Amino acid sequence: MPIVIVGAGQAGIQIAESLRQEGYGGALILCGEEPHAPYQRPPLSKKWLIDGGTVSALALRGPAAIERLKISMKLNSRVRAIDRNRRALDLADGTRIAYDKLAIATGSLPRALPVPGASLPGVLALRGIEDSLTIGAAIKRCAAEGQRIVIVGGGFIGLEVAAAARKLGAEVTVLEGLPRLMSRVTAPVVSEAFTRLHRQHGVQLVFEAQVVEIVGHEGRVAGVRTAQGQEYAAGCVVVGIGVTPDDWLAGSAGLRCERGIVVDDCSRTSDPLIVAAGDCTARRLADGELVRLESVQNAIEQGKSAAAALMGRSRPFVNAPWFWSDQYDVKLQMVGLSRGYDQVVTRGDLAKPAFSAFYFRAGRLLAVDSLNRISDHMQAKRLLDHGLWPTPEQAADLQFELPSLLKSSRPATADEA
Amino acid sequence: MPRVRYIEPDGREVTLELAPRQSLMRAAMDAGLTGIEAQCGGNCICATCHCYVEPAWLDKLKPPSDDEQLMLDNVAAERRPNSRLCCQLIIEDALDGLTVRFPDRQS
Repeated sequence: MPIVIVGAGQAGIQIAESLRQEGYGGALILCGEEPHAPYQRPPLSKKWLIDGGTVSALALRGPAAIERLKISMKLNSRVRAIDRNRRALDLADGTRIAYDKLAIATGSLPRALPVPGASLPGVLALRGIEDSLTIGAAIKRCAAEGQRIVIVGGGFIGLEVAAAARKLGAEVTVLEGLPRLMSRVTAPVVSEAFTRLHRQHGVQLVFEAQVVEIVGHEGRVAGVRTAQGQEYAAGCVVVGIGVTPDDWLAGSAGLRCERGIVVDDCSRTSDPLIVAAGDCTARRLADGELVRLESVQNAIEQGKSAAAALMGRSRPFVNAPWFWSDQYDVKLQMVGLSRGYDQVVTRGDLAKPAFSAFYFRAGRLLAVDSLNRISDHMQAKRLLDHGLWPTPEQAADLQFELPSLLKSSRPATADEA
Repeated sequence: MPRVRYIEPDGREVTLELAPRQSLMRAAMDAGLTGIEAQCGGNCICATCHCYVEPAWLDKLKPPSDDEQLMLDNVAAERRPNSRLCCQLIIEDALDGLTVRFPDRQS
């Protein structure tokens, strides 16, 4: 009987590839709902949205690779239920697939705006290739007709789409519910740099804007109304207010889920025959805390862990998480999780911007956000992976060489500054 | 079409024909080579498409950009004078026969 992987995204293809690398020689089935072989999602809100391009340019692995890996691809296939007693999957088309072991990599779904009018034509969200094509076409139409794009949500996706829309010549308004951009993941100093950046590029940013209604006219979107009573005219609306893990299938089958399929650091679920990886998971850390990550690195690392677990081996995901975003000519790279920080110091030039924000808690480095400071990011990644960190004073001092800490190979202490 | 010889970490050799203007990273990913990860998909921000260029070819390549240099300083495997990132190596006819070797680890 085969190992079956449900979900043909970044994590799904990684599990398949890693299974072969781990020496699995048996049958392997990869089921995906979309018509496309596994592809990269990050460019859908960045370069690919701006430049367009072929679908094959997004492919994570080419057809030759998929053939060589002997992956049986079942595209356009929605799995409706997992029958754990009989070890079988029920597909929406009525077919049944027996499995020896199962991997779930169903990803995440864009959160819908819970207001009247949210389902009007012209209200768009981004998940897949078709969404990116639709948003790209809507941006170009708005640019040509002089209509404004209204983006709901000032997080990664919203801001990347805003940057792409400006590049394509459209007028853009971003409505953010909180007092600053990307507030859940960055410090005010980083938010402020992005606020300046987007305003310099002509984006209208509105903070503390509570969207209460999408206003329609003649059957399609015409504007967005906020609790403050403002109405923002819109040729189209892009909603980027986060994602929810797609754990419905796992949850229906009785696997433990808490805002995501609960897995350990080796991607094992509460069923010994089932692993899960990527956006759909919530990883239980040693201290009991659950961490949810939405990133390429997480999909790849959890995918490797999942494949190892299916082969009876432990390969925990221990590296510091990292993320990136491209907006105009600013490359934002983040490593670590800053939640719970009590001190932020900056390194570099805030105005340019070319700086990094170092987040500390009780003097220990938690995370680093870098704007056009590639070497800070890469060095911080290595330091965090080695359990090392600079003091806040060292972090702020451009003369201080961060890699020198790797040579001493022990954590710095506060009195060494 | 120019051909590139890739040497996997286990010593296995794979020769691929590259399409015009294709990056060495893209071709390796399409073929499913195992010595490369390319986590960021070719944006020069993750340093997981590190390769060692056969020294004879080194001076035929365009030199690395400042960004690539910074990334190369932080690759997971040993950095050598012939280290490059595959996503920044774009094929051209003059590079027919280019040989690169993948390191034992990318992350």
